[in-house]
Amino acid sequence: MLRTDSVSMRFGGLTAVADLNIAIEKNEIIGLIGPNGAGKTTAFNMITGVYTPTEGKVFFKSHDVTGMKAHRITHKGIARTFQNIRLFKDMNVLENVLVACHLRMDVGVFASTLHLPGYLKKERESKDFAMSLLESVGLADEAAESAISLPYGKQRRLEIVRALATKPELLLLDEPAAGMNPQESLELMDFIVRIRDQYDLTILLIEHHMQVVMGVCKRMYVLDYGVTIAHGTPDEIQKDPKVIEAYLGVE
Amino acid sequence: MNKKNTIRAVVALTVGVAIIAIGDAFLGPFAVRILNLSAIYIILALSLNLLNGFTGLFSLGHAGFMAVGAYVSALLTMTPAQKSMNFFLTPIVPWLDTVQLPFIVALIIAGLCAAFVGLLIGAPALRLRDDYLAIATLGFAEIIRVLITNAQSLTNGAQGLKAIPKYSTTWVVWGAAAIAALFLVMLLRSSYGRTIKAVRDDEIAAEAMGVNVFRVKVTSFVISSFWAGIGGALLGHMITTIDPKMFNLILTFNILLIVVLGGNGSITGSVLGAIIVTVLMEALRFLDMPMNLVFIKTQGLPGLRMVIFSILLMIVVLYRQRGLMGTKEFSWDMLSAKALLAALKPKKRGERARKGGR
Amino acid sequence: MELSTFFQQLANALSLGSLYALIAIGYTMVYGILRLINFAHGDVFMLGAYFAFYAISALAMPWWIAFVVALGLTALFGIGLERAAYRPLRDSPKISVMISAIGASFLIQNLGVVIFGGRPKSFPSIALFDTVVHFGPVSVLSVSLFIPVVTFLSLAGLLWIVNKTKTGLAMRAVSTDLDAARLMAIDVNKIVSITFGIGSLLAALGGIMWTMRYPQLNPLMGVMPGLKCFIAAVIGGIGNIGGAVLGGFLLGMMEILIVAFLPELTGYRDAFAFVMLIIVLLVKPAGLLGKAQAVKV
Repeated sequence: MLRTDSVSMRFGGLTAVADLNIAIEKNEIIGLIGPNGAGKTTAFNMITGVYTPTEGKVFFKSHDVTGMKAHRITHKGIARTFQNIRLFKDMNVLENVLVACHLRMDVGVFASTLHLPGYLKKERESKDFAMSLLESVGLADEAAESAISLPYGKQRRLEIVRALATKPELLLLDEPAAGMNPQESLELMDFIVRIRDQYDLTILLIEHHMQVVMGVCKRMYVLDYGVTIAHGTPDEIQKDPKVIEAYLGVE
Repeated sequence: MNKKNTIRAVVALTVGVAIIAIGDAFLGPFAVRILNLSAIYIILALSLNLLNGFTGLFSLGHAGFMAVGAYVSALLTMTPAQKSMNFFLTPIVPWLDTVQLPFIVALIIAGLCAAFVGLLIGAPALRLRDDYLAIATLGFAEIIRVLITNAQSLTNGAQGLKAIPKYSTTWVVWGAAAIAALFLVMLLRSSYGRTIKAVRDDEIAAEAMGVNVFRVKVTSFVISSFWAGIGGALLGHMITTIDPKMFNLILTFNILLIVVLGGNGSITGSVLGAIIVTVLMEALRFLDMPMNLVFIKTQGLPGLRMVIFSILLMIVVLYRQRGLMGTKEFSWDMLSAKALLAALKPKKRGERARKGGR
Repeated sequence: MELSTFFQQLANALSLGSLYALIAIGYTMVYGILRLINFAHGDVFMLGAYFAFYAISALAMPWWIAFVVALGLTALFGIGLERAAYRPLRDSPKISVMISAIGASFLIQNLGVVIFGGRPKSFPSIALFDTVVHFGPVSVLSVSLFIPVVTFLSLAGLLWIVNKTKTGLAMRAVSTDLDAARLMAIDVNKIVSITFGIGSLLAALGGIMWTMRYPQLNPLMGVMPGLKCFIAAVIGGIGNIGGAVLGGFLLGMMEILIVAFLPELTGYRDAFAFVMLIIVLLVKPAGLLGKAQAVKV
């Protein structure tokens, strides 16, 4: 599904990510972990086209998507959420999801403005789809509320729903459990597995809550200072001396 | 919309049309001028608000697009005789000499020309953001002005154009304003309009949701330029003389004042703001002129009117950034006592911090 | 073209370039610290010239006292401007601050029209600056010789303040990260005030030099120089003091030399700066000496 071929990202003299090689198969849930500043979000940004890697290539479903614009990559079927929630603040919950639906509607500015019949039909379908998504995560009742008035956990869920509305095949989640209590984190784990099954997704997630990562991920990659220091199943990672060193320091 | 509000809207519309009709029929030429100028400023404010309030692009180039519209429409509608009268220094280029088109056709071509110039300018300039964009658009507007001043055989240069046919009647300008408002409402309520607002709220998130942010910005810029061109053309056909000096930063400033006063991101706000500012602008004209009222003799202080408008703008920005309407639209519920009370309350600190964002 | 004409034009270009540079420094300082285009900078420049004018003509001060008074008053005005128009909006969206700046600019201009009158005034002649100096076939006004000297002294003084003093260190800290500087117990408001004071003082210096070079004052005289010097600052890399000087010189040179060598382009003179601005923004948005900044996600 996704393969990065020795991608590196340098900012001036700083190497944020070096020689990253990730390979993900369809329907896997894979974790990307590492201490703060390890380059995890930079890796996401390279995959989703926010940054063009300085070196290396990114392949999605065997197509080279390196350096493609972010919106084109979303078109191809990769969607993401953000570490620091980025909802559209002057819109309500439903509208936030509908923005993401626009991508698959394929209507131009004039058809939309003039409310042509073809447009109206697609708009109705989008609304139904958006509402069904909101319902499936329990946000349907808040559809008309301002997105940023929602409590934190719901904002995170809304971000995921919004990403789902672009109908992705690969979903990148950037710290979905950040700021959640243990109970919410447990619910989130179930939720992630459920959307994977329901929408036939492949998921790559960045997470600090080890409980969440170990619970849902089949394999994981560990970054430290931009370098991949370990890769394997949760059990292997937990025993890896390099990982322990990166997290706890040298003894 | 429920039935009660539909009835109210129909009534309001009828009353509006009636006021315009009565005004047109009974008011003196000076008052009709204010009435019609309001309509033109509505169009201009709406087009700037599309950029400023809805797409989050700060442009200071509006006067340039107005100039393009005004010149194109004037040159396409003047008779050959009027043209030769104007171009006494340098003859007009032959291909324009005998062209004379019906007003509506010329008006639409004027809008399209402004839109085309908007595309030419927007495509490079919209790669910039915030203050850089503002200064670049300001620069482009100045360049347009210098080009018009120097293209003697095409625009009659610094002398400008006189005796432009007076096509901007009350019904024409208010009809155009109504169409502009309807167009914008429908655009912004559509799926495409949502992507425009998404770009304003968060470009990176919009891009990640598959919105082609650059294209949305260019589209919005082009539409805004189109309406600025229409507004400029109507202005030319109303005051019947135009020259390059007219289309300077002060004109853009006036439109900006309307948008900010009415509320960045509110269509009804822009409409209200346009009417208020136009009326004030004419009503306060006495400040600039010497006057002899029975008890008071004023010397007339040129510039005092603009002082008042500058202060007005700053008060709005400093103390009520939302303007009259904020990003809200007018609704009948607003007129309820509760809503009025809430509107008068000062803004909470937290809300301001949030808007400061990032 | 004869060699003497060339040198004559070069001398004109140097003096205009130094003037632009002087004003551009003020823009760059304010932008460097607050990331704000002080649209009113050109109008502060105008005020400086008027203060000097009134001090000499109405209060009959000797010119050098008048200049000091004008510089001081303008600096105070700049500090007040920041307090009134920019400080309340420090946490607001960028667009609001820009609108406030534009409002302030129009306010000062029109207050100028109301108070000083719209009709142009001529600056009194000061013998020291108003003498024609001959260098062989090239003749220049003595003020044209003073301007580059003033510019370079100001530049040197400013670089010293920014790089060698404690205030300068605080300025650089605020410029890098305003909130972090506040946490380090730097009095951010004081630093911003000092910056505005220095920037306005330089604008006044520019305004006084300008009116002696082109001895006519009017309330709108700051608009074009203001815009052009902002452009000069952007060309050099906004926020970079050396860049502002470089940009000022480039712009001044180009305006004079293009008109001198291609007289048919004279009518387009005011557009040069904008064309140059747009080219620079598109090719090297950070300016000639500026550093690019990555957007943070």
